[in-house]
Amino acid sequence: MDLSYAPAPESRAIVDIASSYGLFIDGEFVDPVDGTPFKTVNPATEEVLAEVTAAGPQDVDRAVKAAHRAWSRTWSRMPGRERGKYLFRIARLLQERSRELAVLESIDNGKPIRESRDVDVPLAAAHFFYHAGWADKLRYVGLGPDPRPLGVAGQVIPWNFPLLMLAWKVAPALAAGNTVVLKPAETTPLTALLFAQIVQQADLPPGVVNILTGAGETGRLLVAHPDVDKVAFTGSTEVGKQIARTIAGSAKKATLELGGKAANIVFDDAPIDQAVEGIVDGISFNQGHVCCAGSRLLVQESVADDVMARLKRRLATLRLGDPLDKNTDVGAINSAEQLARIRELSEVGEAEGAERWSPACDLPDRGYWFAPTIFTGVSQAHRIAREEIFGPVLSVLTFRTPAEAVEKANNTPYGLSAGVWTDKGSRILWTADQLRAGVVWANTFNKFDPTSPFGGYKESGYGREGGRHGLAAYLAAHVEASR
Amino acid sequence: MTLLDVSAGVAEATSSDASLRRFLHGLPGVDQVGAEARAAMLSTRSIKTTAKAAAIDLAIRMVDLTTLEGADTPGKVRALCAKAMRPDPSDRTVPPVAAVCVYPDLVATAKQALGTSGVRVASVATAFPSGRASLEVKLRDTRDALAAGADEIDMVIDRGAFLSGRYLEVYEEVVAVKEACGDTHLKVILETGELATYDNVRRASWIGMLAGGDFIKTSTGKTSPAATLPVLLVMLEAVRDFREATGRQVGVKPAGGIRSTKDAIRHLVTVNETVGSDWLDPAWFRFGASSLLNDLLMQQAKASSGRYSGPDYFTLD
Amino acid sequence: MSRIPVAKTYKLYIGGAFPRSESGRTYGARDAKGGFLANAALASRKDARDAVVAARKAFPGWSGATAYNRGQVLYRVAEVLEGRRAQFADEVARTEGLPARRAAAVVGAAIDRWVWYAGWTDKIAQVVGNANPVAGPYFNVSAPEPTGVVAVLAPQDSSLLGLVSVVAPVLAGGNTAVVLASEAHPLPAISLGEVLATSDVPGGVVNVLTGRVGEVAPWLASHMDVNAIDLTGAGEGWGELELAAADNLKRVRRPADEDWMAEPALDRLTWCLETKTVWHTKGA
Repeated sequence: MDLSYAPAPESRAIVDIASSYGLFIDGEFVDPVDGTPFKTVNPATEEVLAEVTAAGPQDVDRAVKAAHRAWSRTWSRMPGRERGKYLFRIARLLQERSRELAVLESIDNGKPIRESRDVDVPLAAAHFFYHAGWADKLRYVGLGPDPRPLGVAGQVIPWNFPLLMLAWKVAPALAAGNTVVLKPAETTPLTALLFAQIVQQADLPPGVVNILTGAGETGRLLVAHPDVDKVAFTGSTEVGKQIARTIAGSAKKATLELGGKAANIVFDDAPIDQAVEGIVDGISFNQGHVCCAGSRLLVQESVADDVMARLKRRLATLRLGDPLDKNTDVGAINSAEQLARIRELSEVGEAEGAERWSPACDLPDRGYWFAPTIFTGVSQAHRIAREEIFGPVLSVLTFRTPAEAVEKANNTPYGLSAGVWTDKGSRILWTADQLRAGVVWANTFNKFDPTSPFGGYKESGYGREGGRHGLAAYLAAHVEASR
Repeated sequence: MTLLDVSAGVAEATSSDASLRRFLHGLPGVDQVGAEARAAMLSTRSIKTTAKAAAIDLAIRMVDLTTLEGADTPGKVRALCAKAMRPDPSDRTVPPVAAVCVYPDLVATAKQALGTSGVRVASVATAFPSGRASLEVKLRDTRDALAAGADEIDMVIDRGAFLSGRYLEVYEEVVAVKEACGDTHLKVILETGELATYDNVRRASWIGMLAGGDFIKTSTGKTSPAATLPVLLVMLEAVRDFREATGRQVGVKPAGGIRSTKDAIRHLVTVNETVGSDWLDPAWFRFGASSLLNDLLMQQAKASSGRYSGPDYFTLD
Repeated sequence: MSRIPVAKTYKLYIGGAFPRSESGRTYGARDAKGGFLANAALASRKDARDAVVAARKAFPGWSGATAYNRGQVLYRVAEVLEGRRAQFADEVARTEGLPARRAAAVVGAAIDRWVWYAGWTDKIAQVVGNANPVAGPYFNVSAPEPTGVVAVLAPQDSSLLGLVSVVAPVLAGGNTAVVLASEAHPLPAISLGEVLATSDVPGGVVNVLTGRVGEVAPWLASHMDVNAIDLTGAGEGWGELELAAADNLKRVRRPADEDWMAEPALDRLTWCLETKTVWHTKGA
């Protein structure tokens, strides 16, 4: 019998999207001084969701000044114990309003509700919960007995995990005693604006969190503002380099979380069905819009045919479509621009001689969609093996020995993450040792936890987010001057 | 081990204890965390409206309505048979279940009660549930059930032999029982709760299939845990790979602990997304259950009437 | 005629339930001036035995819960306690004879202490655990684990804040606890049991006994299924108790002068943690 699933859409009634939004500065939503309006759309339908504001130079200045004032007058002076209670409040509010946030995230981003509901939002709440507990324990971070906050953090986040990336940025900054000006991505501003309401509900002192919507220019202004003491950026390597140049020679500190081209290494003794799940997750999770996506499959030649057969069979069961349907596995590509880039690189892959395969898959008429795609016969020289595609596109390469696997895995300017699949513990740990990557997953993939530092080697950026290490990036050791 | 290796190896796998061990230990390992995560993800599927109605109808047709108690009597079995043929006396559209499952000494009673209804009689055998008896006794037990007219035999494997690594002994016992069964369908109960690891579940599944079992079945229902979704997942992967390697399709029967419609639908979703529609048929997938049926009926009544029902409106048999 | 208040019965808290002492005994809890407050259960050795059984039964679940989950549960205790601040301030003021403002400050500190330890559950391993750079091709990591069932003799002077300060860290680390409340001021401990029972703490994780240190403590100190004992509230006889605890090498925390209002030191948490080191080869 054919058991076809009836549509099971999550109700949209829980969210209340305003027709237009101002900027969140000093505890209030305000009209821009020199900002300009732009629209945010639902990538699954191309429907305009709301008009938001691209903050201009004076808006940025106002927000940074508010943040600085809040830092020097209130937040940095407040005992950690009390700061922590605000963060606990935010964590609880995120939990309480979790369904609303999940639905809004799926509408604005295009990701399946199953992921926003089960991954993004719970993890965002967990980040606040974890960092709330650090606020009064900073002396245990490892920077000496009296570490100090840095001041105002200018934070620029991407569109792939809008609320979660916000949590990764805001929670440690506040726990350490910094105040923030955060710019969500141009295409996904809505959950950050809802977060601003949560900040109000938590009664956070004005100016501690400021949210400026906008595009690249707003981000540039923020990063360059003289009163910003710390820059935290997640996004492309290209922009990361620009930021590094912008702050060069200044006192600003930076954490950069950039691109990746992760290798997922499957040895012949891997738990094969779970490895296939991991490969699928590595490339289809969040439509492949993941900087640590397992976009290069390195499979041992002796099992390559078997793995490919299983992989194709499994990919054919993925359910692509309405992000709000509770049974959707693959949602919409976040923007027309991103879709164009994925298409372009896929065409390059074909032109360079790799063999392209996708499961039979009906794409909706409206919105931005791309079927999961595998390229076989890929060599290290192909662009699809080297460049970050940021979409559900997998390049498959083979290897013969562990040393060759490691060599190929490391043969990239990136170094964010990697996966290793084998039943042999010793080989896992050896491989992990050899890999030049900031996160190595063994017999699993795409796992995140607030206690676990995340970040890359080489051109995947510097600094870590999460855990003790991520928190330390928002603190400076304080040494008493000698007399 | 690749599928090609498997298909080449099947013939010789059972030629000796050593080669069977080599074969079983050459099967790909199962990562517990990954298998459980996959099962948990599948259980988040939301099956609504028409899909739910279809799934409930299918689940009813897949039930092996079971009574396996020391206190069973002909009267109890006749009542169960009546329920099996007409699960909901107030609604003629409700289909009969697949089979009634009883102990060997009650097969004749069940056979008589079910008549020509098409509901099959399954009998447990081979010193169910422990399987702790000589092969001779197990075969005698099986023949008793067959002589009484059983359409299907549910045997248990020797878990003691399995856990001590005597795989060939387990295999040969299943072969012997299958031989006694002839064309009668044989379900091989692995008792996965006692096998403890998913690697063992995968290996025992392969022994059951290699030895000629028509179905592999999770549990006797007498130990805990009985059927769980990750165990079902691993067994489904085994029947899928076995068909790929040999061309022969083997059925799967989770039994024990499946009490709610929600549980049953989760199982069907796991079947659907692991092995596909070829197994979504009472010929290839069964639920060993007793109380499940009334919950399915109650959910179906909710679907057709639009209001919640209560247990007082369904027969207790 | 004015309304007659309903007086509360104080019982023990064992395995998530509130039984009377199996001995059928009670003793009068007095206020600071010696006036009668209420009868408290006078726990026997058998109550202590039952409490240890309950704590042992709860250990696999509690120690096996994720650190994140334990943190959420402890934070929930703070939330529920916050809602009953007035009741506790009143109880503490009456039993310890504190002025209202001081009692309120003590209760506030007790709530904050739960928050402090809620935050520690998923950080302690990061602060006291580490990767060890052993000389060889080995992965080597040390991490803390709970020691097991911990008997706690709560401080005698501070009926709520002191109690929370010694019990919360035991829980944060993943242990389960059998607590003997302050002998002279037992009532807030039982009220705290009511808070724990309604705030997601699984039954048996904390068990609260009220009674005589001299009667109950020796049985806890010598109990072979107790892994550690905190002698903070033991008084003069703590040396004898430590001697009894040596029979199964219990981890022992000796009494010390502690300022309950001050931020706790890390050893409050680590004293009942084990360190487990895992070695694993590294090779292709």
